[in-house]
Amino acid sequence: MPTYNLTINGEQKSVEALEDMPLLWVIRDLLDLKGTKFGCGQALCGACTVHLDGTAIRSCSLPISEVGNAQITTIEGLSENGGHPLQQAWVEHIVPQCGYCQTGQIMNAASLLQSNPNPSEEEIEQSMAGNLCRCGTYNRIKTAIQSAAKNL
Amino acid sequence: MFPKLPFLKKNPKDQSQVFIPSRRDFLKLSTLATGGFVLGVNFQCSGPKGELLTFAPNAYISISSDNQVTLVAHRSEMGTGIRTSLPQIMADELGADWSSIKIIQAEGDEEKYGNQNTDGSFSVRMFYEPMRKAGATARTMLIAAASSKWGVDPKECDTQQGKVIHSVSGKEIPFGDLVESLQNASLPAPESIQLREFSNYQLIGKDVPIYDLKDITQGKAVFGADVNLPDMKIAVVLRGPVIGAKVVSFSDEKALAVPGVEQVVKISGPSFPPGLDKALEGVAVIASNTWSAIKGREALEVSWDLGENQNYNSEAQLAEMVKSTSQNGKVRRERGNFAQAKSSAARIIERTYEAPFYAHATLEPPAAIAHVKSDGSCEVWSPSQHPQWAREAIASALDIDVSLVKVNVTLLGGGFGRKSKPDFVVEAVLLSKAAQAPVRVQWTREDDLHFDFYHSHSAQRIIASLDSSNALSGWNHHTVFPAIGSTGSKDELHPSDGEMGLGCVDFPFDVPNIRIESHESTGHVRVGWLRSVSNIHHAFAMHCMLDELAEARGMDPIEHALSLLGEDREITFQSEMVGGEYGNYGEPIDAYPWNTGRMKAVIREVAEKSNWKQSKANGKIMGFAAHKSFLTYVACVVSLEKDSSGKLRVEDVYYTVDCGIAVNTDRVRSQFEGGSQFAHSLATTSAITFENGVAQQHNFDSYKIIRMPEAPRNIHVHIMESMEKPTGVGEPPVPPYIPALANAMYQANGKRIYKLPFQI
Ligand code: FES
Ligand code: FES
Repeated sequence: MPTYNLTINGEQKSVEALEDMPLLWVIRDLLDLKGTKFGCGQALCGACTVHLDGTAIRSCSLPISEVGNAQITTIEGLSENGGHPLQQAWVEHIVPQCGYCQTGQIMNAASLLQSNPNPSEEEIEQSMAGNLCRCGTYNRIKTAIQSAAKNL
Repeated sequence: MFPKLPFLKKNPKDQSQVFIPSRRDFLKLSTLATGGFVLGVNFQCSGPKGELLTFAPNAYISISSDNQVTLVAHRSEMGTGIRTSLPQIMADELGADWSSIKIIQAEGDEEKYGNQNTDGSFSVRMFYEPMRKAGATARTMLIAAASSKWGVDPKECDTQQGKVIHSVSGKEIPFGDLVESLQNASLPAPESIQLREFSNYQLIGKDVPIYDLKDITQGKAVFGADVNLPDMKIAVVLRGPVIGAKVVSFSDEKALAVPGVEQVVKISGPSFPPGLDKALEGVAVIASNTWSAIKGREALEVSWDLGENQNYNSEAQLAEMVKSTSQNGKVRRERGNFAQAKSSAARIIERTYEAPFYAHATLEPPAAIAHVKSDGSCEVWSPSQHPQWAREAIASALDIDVSLVKVNVTLLGGGFGRKSKPDFVVEAVLLSKAAQAPVRVQWTREDDLHFDFYHSHSAQRIIASLDSSNALSGWNHHTVFPAIGSTGSKDELHPSDGEMGLGCVDFPFDVPNIRIESHESTGHVRVGWLRSVSNIHHAFAMHCMLDELAEARGMDPIEHALSLLGEDREITFQSEMVGGEYGNYGEPIDAYPWNTGRMKAVIREVAEKSNWKQSKANGKIMGFAAHKSFLTYVACVVSLEKDSSGKLRVEDVYYTVDCGIAVNTDRVRSQFEGGSQFAHSLATTSAITFENGVAQQHNFDSYKIIRMPEAPRNIHVHIMESMEKPTGVGEPPVPPYIPALANAMYQANGKRIYKLPFQI
């Protein structure tokens, strides 16, 4: 099995993996970072969202061999102690129910605010449409993104 | 040793036990925290500075001499907030400092903690009193210790923020400093325990943020698949494509050639019916990582005997079911004489309603970790709604005593009834035994959608008669759907009393002639219970029909519902039940009566909150339904708006809810917000169908659940002020939403909706 050198949350890691192993399983199984979740494996739910050079991607659908030198950021690397404005807004609005989708939601929203610090309601809805929440926290997610955008 | 599986018994009466506790369990529990069943005072040593003493007056509370108050959450957290709400009740009675309490999750042990079956919206209902008593008992003992230390009257003392306070002198002492003096204390007599006045509560009735909030937002919360054990293997299972299929032969050669794959193991499962707590027959690939296991499974070559369901086609069955509802069925409730009402009717309205199979599709697919150890014992970590059932199913599968099985409960990434069933946990233990190592069994989304315990598809026919004065003189509701019992027994051809009691025989309206009938159907897949269970389809039919009747009678739907509910009174259904019982969600009807006054009050409130009359007069597109389920009264108004391109969207949802005392008001609201979104998926996007016994939906591209742009834009939840006993809110938001939306759709385009899902 080939060896890959990765930069993840600012640290250098080296893993041995099948070249088609999705980044999700590298993160969860090989690097033991469990904040990134598995929901569908087909880029349909967003639970596995991480950043590649600051942009949200679905880690379940990106083979390790295609990561190259890109910087990977997972929820564990988004902030120190949950200090990102989105994480704080999530706490303020008590967004989660079961919580399973929420790390993916936050990572996706962080990437959205990075590229569009003041999104309209419609832009939020369209940008977040790839992230499913079965518990139905969509309204609070939207509110939290709007309030984080104000505090950016 | 083997668990009681009430729903597998033939007596249909017992089927109601699927989602409700037995009365016996409840009584056992009520004594639990009052001294009838306690662990007593125990010692615990830890910490670098010598002995840390612990005061633990019961199974749920312990206070250590370093002032740490630890509360045990014994019900499973799947998003309702129960892991916060029950400790919140205890902490309030105790007078603990909420900001510093620690909550730990109980392992599955019903002897120790009482009922842990987190289902049926009954956690708060069942445990409100026991939790208060548990907290009050500890408070009483702390006050006794402090007052004797100070030589003052205990009546002059109270607890607050983790301290006992003497109101006269202002003296205070932290709980931890009293732990030593409580080491030999005896429990106060249960009748001497005084509960706090409701108005003195600091936490109950408030918006209390969930305990795991920060962990969740930082990715630190531990769900089923997140537990990692040294040398753990990962397994995925190729299950028979049709329920009841058996392996004829298989070749593991290509699978074993995949790097990382270590072992291929056959799991033996039952033929049809499959039962609710057994692993399905399949071939498992065990690997060093998930990806290798998935690839290994793709490389398996298995030949199957597909068994008796290989020609099953759900559309064909549904068509048969619809037809059957025009025959005479088995009468389940009778009042007056419907046949006569029909023959003398001025007008008869007859409608059929259809609803599909639904999958739970919890965002976390099933996963469990098991370690069957060399000494024969077994430890499991799983997102289980019913850890005790898992424990018993594991003991049975391994043929070991239940005392050798330890079930740790992780957070659940959604439950909705799916994770009550321990089938996936049983798979994990069987595979750990075979691998002689810890194993995580991981379900993929495809596994989840193909092998769920589905909500049954259903057909219903309602025939209503209007007499010459245009009054509703008769109501005849026929219902047919493969029963939950069919998963365990081929003899279960009719819905059980339990299922009939979910929105069908409990038709509360004051109609002189009522006849409720069920019809036979057979099971071909695994059927289970999904958030609000049979209320989903029953409420859809009942309230869509009522909307149509209101129109036929020239009445406003809300006025119509209010007038049909009649005088304020308590209804019992029992005298009209035919050959069965009305279950009332497991509670005696005198303790939890069906109160038309409470229902009318939520309806009036929703009319006001939604500004119903005025908004309708102003041309707003609105639909209404009100439905009591799980002992909670809910009224719902859905308001649609058209965007510039003519596309409809739910702009506002108004809920009013009477759940008695609302313990955590924020979580009550969040359940309604989420419940409407869950119901919106059931109404508009989701359906499972079977061809040749195989589910035709494989992932979220074909089994659709709503996404943010489709979600209702604003959800307004009004909680009625009430001092009635608390009742649950996990399920009650779902049933009224679907007909309220369907009735709004009729206002939008003039087409009545008779089949789920529908397009908006
Ligand atoms: S797991 Fe990657 S999008 Fe669903
Ligand atoms: S909070 Fe449960 S899936 Fe989103």
